[in-house]
Amino acid sequence: MDLENQKRVLALTEEHGAENIVVLLGASEGEASGLAAETVTNGDPTFAGPLTGVQLGLSVFHVCEEEIKSEVDPAVYDEQCGMMEMVMDIDDIAGEMSSIRADFCKYL
Amino acid sequence: MKTVIKGAGYILAHTPDMVLHNGTTQTTERIVNPDSEYLKQLPNHLRDWNTVLAYWPNQVYIGNKTPDELAAIPQPWFEQTCDVNARYGKYGQMMPQEEFLLLMQAVDVFDLVKLEKSFVAEHKAAFAANEMIDETIVARVKDGIEGEEIARLVNEEHSEPLYHHNVLVGCVNRAHDIDVNLSSHVMHENMVSKASSVLALLSALKNAGVAKEDVEYVVDCCEEACGDMNQRGGGNFAKATAEIAGLVNATGSDVRGFCAGPAHALIDAASLVAAGTFKCVVVTAGGCTAKLGMNGKDHVKKGMPIPEDMIGGFAVVLTADDGVSPEVNLQIVGRHTVGTGSAPQAVIQSLVTEALDRNGLKITDIDKFAPEMQNPDCTKPAGAGDVPLANYKMIAALAVKRGEIGRADIASFAEKYGLPGWAPTQGHIPSGVPSIGYFVDEIKAGRLNKCMIIGKGSLFLGRMTNLFDGASFVIQPNSGPEAPAGVSEDEVKKMIAKAMREFAASLLAAEE
Repeated sequence: MDLENQKRVLALTEEHGAENIVVLLGASEGEASGLAAETVTNGDPTFAGPLTGVQLGLSVFHVCEEEIKSEVDPAVYDEQCGMMEMVMDIDDIAGEMSSIRADFCKYL
Repeated sequence: MKTVIKGAGYILAHTPDMVLHNGTTQTTERIVNPDSEYLKQLPNHLRDWNTVLAYWPNQVYIGNKTPDELAAIPQPWFEQTCDVNARYGKYGQMMPQEEFLLLMQAVDVFDLVKLEKSFVAEHKAAFAANEMIDETIVARVKDGIEGEEIARLVNEEHSEPLYHHNVLVGCVNRAHDIDVNLSSHVMHENMVSKASSVLALLSALKNAGVAKEDVEYVVDCCEEACGDMNQRGGGNFAKATAEIAGLVNATGSDVRGFCAGPAHALIDAASLVAAGTFKCVVVTAGGCTAKLGMNGKDHVKKGMPIPEDMIGGFAVVLTADDGVSPEVNLQIVGRHTVGTGSAPQAVIQSLVTEALDRNGLKITDIDKFAPEMQNPDCTKPAGAGDVPLANYKMIAALAVKRGEIGRADIASFAEKYGLPGWAPTQGHIPSGVPSIGYFVDEIKAGRLNKCMIIGKGSLFLGRMTNLFDGASFVIQPNSGPEAPAGVSEDEVKKMIAKAMREFAASLLAAEE
């Protein structure tokens, strides 16, 4: 995850409390989603950014996961995400996300 | 008036030492984690000159192989050896690091690039023998200075070191003692951009068969900024490049838009020609040192060579209609607007289908799309996937939503309407434009009809806006001579007679 984004996630978490933050990802495939999810839960796996060694344990989802999709007006979801649903390997992304959440998320 | 594409130039400079010393992944790592295993391992993963010569994507970039041939080669391509290993190609060349360092000095007009005496002596003949380097450029190379003086400049004067095979052979001095925008780091970055742009520009002019004195305007669309502390991006790379290339009748300016810069610049340039403002405009861009080895950590972790070791450059020559060359269709221009939003669906609609709809065309009326043409050898190991393929899937999915293709056709869409990615991950360099040379050839040969170039830019990286950006345009076969403007006297008489007949008929109808 971009170093500046890590800084923003850290600052928002300090301001609002980790239990009140949900990180929503939009990466196009599983590995990148997993890396970003790991960064905001277990810390930056590349040891480069401000989240290195910081285990925030935030709740983190990908926008194509059922947990998020079911929260959104179907017409809006189709307009914004319908095309990408056809493109992305949703099972792969959802698998990566749930395994990261199971291992590192502290607030679910 | 129509604008045609007369030719394009594509060049690569092999700069393995700059991967180590100037790529931001490495410079950041050196600050954050100086003893890291990555920094220790990285030198063992750099490619030598012969390996980059026989690398398939590089041979496609300079035009010795076609994208179609590349598509038939199994990935990853770094495991394959291309049967062509020539340094010169139809569109340009690959330049080895030693020649590129001499070129950096040749393009320097402020005596900032210093090279060591014996290094210059050893490589000047090869530099002079380069097909694209004429005597005016060779004459700009100085004899060089002592190695001790270079070491002193690096150690005491904050000069940016230049290495060749890990040996200090030169440096770029700062251009001001305090001004950060003229620091040796910035001067180095800008000099690399300028040098690679000069080489691309000269290659494009040669390929287009256009004389230097016929160029009236140059547009630079790289992603660097030149200026001082009072005007950080004052410019102007375009004119600075034109000066070294010997374009005495040209002026120019810089267009910026992150990776979308080239698409914006080409639309601007084509419009300048179409409006009759200038008869010949060249769009040019050099490469970017910061992005060298950008995904190096993943490449090293996966035990593969570093493919991001090439500085890229390209240039495209646009002129008034010659009756033969493919033309830029300025009616089919896509643009991501402020109101478009950032959802991928909205982005693709704004860049692809909105412009097609305005012209009564379908997605399948375009023969080939050229979006971000990043080499998947660079991006896949880093978890960013196959970028062109991802773009084709999005365009295909949109075509499904519009009922233009069936859902089952998504899988084959990329093969039919796309190309594999072969460009180095140098931001603006892969952004659609690497395909222009190929498209021009294929359109002239009658094998392709309409081809769309799509540039996309991540403006939010500049922290001035959260917006994304993009622009697109279509290249098509020359449509032949244009009809003369205006109408003849006979036609005017006929039009008046027709109007009077219709008026009389309407009066009669009203009386009835």
